Amino acid sequence: MTTGPARSLLTGLAWISPWLVGVALFTAVPAAMSLYYSLTDYTLLEGPVYIGLDNYRELGGDRLFGIAVRNTLVFAITASLSATVLSVLLAVLLEQRLRGAGLVRAIVFLPTLVPVVSACVCWLWLYNAQFGLFNSVLAAAGIDGPDWLGRRDLALPSLVFMSLWIIGSPLLVCSAALKDVPAALYEAADLDGISRLGRLRHVTLPMISPAILFNAIMSIIWSLQVFAPPQIMTGGGPENSTLVYSMYVYWNAFIYGRMGYASAMAWIQMLVALGLAGGVLGLSRRVIHYRAA
Amino acid sequence: MTTKPNQPAVRRRRPRIGLYMLMWAAGLVYVAPLLWMAAVSLKPAREAAAPGVGLLPAFTEPPTLDGPPSMLAVSYWARLAAQASQNYGEVWHSPVADFPLYLHNSVLVSVLSVAGMAVSSAIVAYGFSRVRWPGRDGVFLVVLATLMIPQAVLMAPLYVLFKQLGWIGTFKPLWVPAWFGGAFSIFLLRQFFLTIPRELDEAARIDGCSHWGTFTRIILPLSRPALAVVVLMQFIASWNDFLGPLLFLNHQDQYTLALGLHMYQSQHGGTPWNLVMAASFMVVAPVLAVYIFARRYFIEGVSAEGVKG
Repeated sequence: MTTGPARSLLTGLAWISPWLVGVALFTAVPAAMSLYYSLTDYTLLEGPVYIGLDNYRELGGDRLFGIAVRNTLVFAITASLSATVLSVLLAVLLEQRLRGAGLVRAIVFLPTLVPVVSACVCWLWLYNAQFGLFNSVLAAAGIDGPDWLGRRDLALPSLVFMSLWIIGSPLLVCSAALKDVPAALYEAADLDGISRLGRLRHVTLPMISPAILFNAIMSIIWSLQVFAPPQIMTGGGPENSTLVYSMYVYWNAFIYGRMGYASAMAWIQMLVALGLAGGVLGLSRRVIHYRAA
Repeated sequence: MTTKPNQPAVRRRRPRIGLYMLMWAAGLVYVAPLLWMAAVSLKPAREAAAPGVGLLPAFTEPPTLDGPPSMLAVSYWARLAAQASQNYGEVWHSPVADFPLYLHNSVLVSVLSVAGMAVSSAIVAYGFSRVRWPGRDGVFLVVLATLMIPQAVLMAPLYVLFKQLGWIGTFKPLWVPAWFGGAFSIFLLRQFFLTIPRELDEAARIDGCSHWGTFTRIILPLSRPALAVVVLMQFIASWNDFLGPLLFLNHQDQYTLALGLHMYQSQHGGTPWNLVMAASFMVVAPVLAVYIFARRYFIEGVSAEGVKG
């Protein structure tokens, strides 16, 4: 028999043992392996050979790597900013006690659950230059629509636009926050004769700012990892204009067979994602209104 | 939706037609892609490959003396039904993609992952909420932190690991990890367990119930709504997964519906759009059905993701 605290520790660890084993086997060990591989030349056919920081040095001169970084940053910044803003607007709109708001909320949430491959196939058709819905609508208005995914200046913005279709989770986070705003604050604002817009600016937005921040962070982290839509819809083209980071990691690891090089890229991605999340959090501490819990 | 009287009566009397128009416009924009996906899947190939915004096919081919059939006629709807069953039948029996088999694979992987995720996450969540042990809350923060790790970081080493285990080309990489719990499910169940009054377990302990007995006889039966959320979220995650099957399956016979659809679409290059959309709609349909009947649980699940922030 062991003593009290040691015994309770053992009981606790026993209960969480599935997670402990799982996180070691499928997260910690692979992450450590990945860090080691990033210091090696590893082609899967032959074992890893230690080469120090050569992979990281090579990244500096890799033209495609630079393109992937640039595209991913453009995508992540525009997609997460617009998704964050749009989710606030939609949440406020749906909170106006309009008839049918429940149905519209259900509709707006639905695409979040649609399998990504189905979504991509669907949007490939919507964007189709000859008979897609967008160009058919434009044609009805007498406008000759462009080849959305086939032009190097339009392909990435088209993917950003498509990403706004998946807005269910930030929307729900905002809606939940809106419901928590004390009614007394609105009443006070009304007594002060503040306009509807002023109320939004001075009451609603400050009160839901933690939710907005949360959405911004999650959205950045998510969009930095974007993979399936460009992989399925454009294959990175035209002229690498939609080549994104995760896709280049995937190409290197599984198409070029360069596991070590891919691992170096993956680790940079991890540090950037965590750094960005931390940075946004730190920056906004000053601007964000936190309620005393 | 609960509403609060946060708007005085004066404000309600203002014309809100603009707001209504905005709201329904948003609804229309968000439903349009799925609506047209379903619509195109019902069209003859000729019409699907021609510009047009119409939802229902006109059936202008082959031309008849009376012109295109009227939508008011029964014959029009009979023809639509025939076209639909022809399109979906062609996809189902496609020579290039074995959709019945992919459906079987998807169901198998989803069921195994869902079962594993629910069972293991519930056990772990009990350890994080009902057993008192030193360092518990610190370790729980580590659970939450694992949510932040980008999947791409683990792509290459997981492949190597599964290769060494001999799992590449089997379904194991897609469902075995679920049996070790998932951070999000653990979080969700823990939060729910914490709302169950402790007096219940204490009474059970006095009656001589072990932790395991308390877990199976008290906590689990009271947690059905939270377990439903975990089951549904995990079903969606497995059903929709694209990266996992892409990385770890290497033979067409093992494809899941998502990967099978990708293969089918890329082989066709999208040309018979009615068939590609029919295949795509087949993959979405189960999700739609589950959503219609269990929307509340999804909303709870996704909202919970916000609480942990």
